[in-house]
Amino acid sequence: MNEQKTSRWSESFAGRLLSGLRFPGAGLVKGLAVTARNFVGSYFEKDRLLTELYPEQRPRLPENSRSFPFLIYDGNDPEAGMRCVSCKICEKECPPQCIYIVQDRDAAGKALKRPRVFNIDISVCMSCQICVEVCPFESIRMDQVFEASSYDRFGSLVLTKRDLLKSNEYYHGIHPTEAAETDARIEADRKKKEAAAAAKAAKAAETAKAAAEKKEAPAA
Amino acid sequence: MKADFEQLHAAFPGVEWSENPSPSGQHSVVVGCADAVAAAEFLRDRLGYDFCSNVSGVDWPPRKVKETVVRKDVTDGVEKEIKETIERDVPGYLEAVYHLYSIGGRKGPLVLRMRTADRAEGARVPSLTPVWKSADFQEREAYDLFGITFDGHPDLRRILMWDEFEDFPMRKDYVAPDDYEYEPTPHDEILEKVRGGKEAA
Amino acid sequence: MSVMPPLDSSRTLDVSLGPQHPSTHGVFRMNVTLDGETVVRLQPVFGYLHRNHEKIAETHSYLAAMPYTDRLDYICPITNNWAYALAVEKLAGIEVPERAEYIRVIVGEFTRLQNHAALLGFLAGDLGGWGTALLWAFRLREKILDLFESLTGARMMANYMRFGGCRCDLPVGWLEAARAVVRDAHGQLDELEALLTGNEIILARLQGVGALTGERAINGGFSGPVLRASGVDYDIRKVDRYGIYDRFRFRVPRGTAGDCFDRMMMRLLEARESVGILEQALAGIPEGPVVNPKAKQRGLRPPAGEAYGRIEGPKGELGFYLISDGTDRPYRYRVRPPSLINLTLLEELCIGTKLADVMVILGSIDIVLGEVDR
Repeated sequence: MNEQKTSRWSESFAGRLLSGLRFPGAGLVKGLAVTARNFVGSYFEKDRLLTELYPEQRPRLPENSRSFPFLIYDGNDPEAGMRCVSCKICEKECPPQCIYIVQDRDAAGKALKRPRVFNIDISVCMSCQICVEVCPFESIRMDQVFEASSYDRFGSLVLTKRDLLKSNEYYHGIHPTEAAETDARIEADRKKKEAAAAAKAAKAAETAKAAAEKKEAPAA
Repeated sequence: MKADFEQLHAAFPGVEWSENPSPSGQHSVVVGCADAVAAAEFLRDRLGYDFCSNVSGVDWPPRKVKETVVRKDVTDGVEKEIKETIERDVPGYLEAVYHLYSIGGRKGPLVLRMRTADRAEGARVPSLTPVWKSADFQEREAYDLFGITFDGHPDLRRILMWDEFEDFPMRKDYVAPDDYEYEPTPHDEILEKVRGGKEAA
Repeated sequence: MSVMPPLDSSRTLDVSLGPQHPSTHGVFRMNVTLDGETVVRLQPVFGYLHRNHEKIAETHSYLAAMPYTDRLDYICPITNNWAYALAVEKLAGIEVPERAEYIRVIVGEFTRLQNHAALLGFLAGDLGGWGTALLWAFRLREKILDLFESLTGARMMANYMRFGGCRCDLPVGWLEAARAVVRDAHGQLDELEALLTGNEIILARLQGVGALTGERAINGGFSGPVLRASGVDYDIRKVDRYGIYDRFRFRVPRGTAGDCFDRMMMRLLEARESVGILEQALAGIPEGPVVNPKAKQRGLRPPAGEAYGRIEGPKGELGFYLISDGTDRPYRYRVRPPSLINLTLLEELCIGTKLADVMVILGSIDIVLGEVDR
């Protein structure tokens, strides 16, 4: 970040000169001198010229900047790698109720752990990030796209599941620190589950072995 | 604050202490409509509560309250205690709650409550604007949004809603009219479309 | 002030300083009755931005009401969050860890700094000196908003406070960036001061206008810089000592005349005190958790009861009065809006002054319509 020279105006030479002035209009002259200093200075000191010439100059967004939500998928196939299990917690907690989820069902009508419909109305969404906070499955995060305006007032401001699904690599690209933490958490959870499953399997094998030995012993 | 309440109670025996079960420890003083202005002046002039910070309206619709009462029953010469749960109806009322602070004495908040007789014609309490001018706009807001009429208010009109508006938006039984948005909003049509058609993934 | 002439409607002119006006700080309307150039009656009319925020919060859970508090006083969203979080913490008896308190003070004082700088710019604009002071104040404000964006994700609608702490920890490098902003702040305030305080036009238009005595200010419910400009020594940070404000050394400036010039100077002096607090807080921030792990955010059900929590917001005393009935939605949610209550005596201050002074008085009170109307 550019560090401006620390300048106590009152201690600078011009400041002390002008502050000693005592004639009618001295205050105005002092103010004009400060304005002139800023104006002339903007030609010489780069950090006095603060305007960012958008859209030629793209804005430098901080990493944590957020605009609207998106869904994450792992791997290459959006549908197969989708992390969302349609628990509907984000739909319930969303303050303006802009999320609409319909759970998927298989041919027999049994509920599956994936959404068939996942829509976010970004004309209503207020980017509060509560859906991200409450999601237990690390599947919804905030995007940084802010140029989402459209000429169609009623149609294209609803993002469907297909519009919302973006890959984990994309997530790493926009929020590297957060994505790294999320991946670490998922990895840790997976290892814990594997360890628990392995322990359970080992215990089951032990019990089966002991039962088999017991069965053989009286026969011997 | 208990000491101040004792002094107030000594001067106005009708005021009651209302305990607040929350960890905040902010208990209230309930004052009747007849004494209210005099009690308010006592608080301001004698006890130093010169800053009326907040005036809120609260709506308490009629509700049923379950109470467990213990009564003694004598059967066959044996006295027993029987616990009964009775349900009683508490009629509805509106409340005006004042939070008072003392600037010089660094005390507060003293929570003063006034209750109306009912939620219809009897929804009147005396106005404390002559005592604390800061209650002016806030009492107007309680009138506008709750329908509490403050007797003695210098200029009681609607403040946030437009003058011809009827009904009181902050009451618990308020139903928002569905024709107040005369311009279609994207949300309603979208919601219809979304629930109806655009579901192909 | 001066004696009110009888209202003779053949002499007087009714002007509606309508809701769309560059100097009314939002959609604020004043029906002014003028006798020549002198104001004889003034009625403020507002409600154009009324969204019934209180009912929205009563129909949503406690966590869902937090992003709506950002939109009350939209120039200072984080202090609104803080006041609401404080009220819920009082209601539910939740404690806040130390690092979270330090972060709250840091972002709160940054908010106060950018609010006061913006006010100086807007006040100069109301007088007709549009642009220069405002954009210089916004230079400082932009740097602070960049800090907020890198911390919370949004420049303004931060949604940062949670019950029992803050939403997330400081990212790497944030403290350094914050210290750099604080180092520059004194210089930028110096430039604003040099531009404004000696200026003869500002002195002529602000001094002696809208004088308010201390007793009248207290009775009229003023709070914040306006109250202190009238000579009353009352700063809620010192009185209630909420958070960890009693650990920081800062002075509370007090005015003498209670006029618009004193109110303007109050903002400048308080901005400097804020920079002082920031220096101390940024130096002393400890490690630790940023939220109380035992506090529930989603699905918080405070015990039945009520609480009133208030903070010294940049505009005045911002308070939240909550009544809980044990469920996950507040039974009664009330915002104590400093901007609305600071307008109570507007008519009294303006009667007898000239029409041009009305803008000055309104500008020096510092209102934001999002808070007035909610």
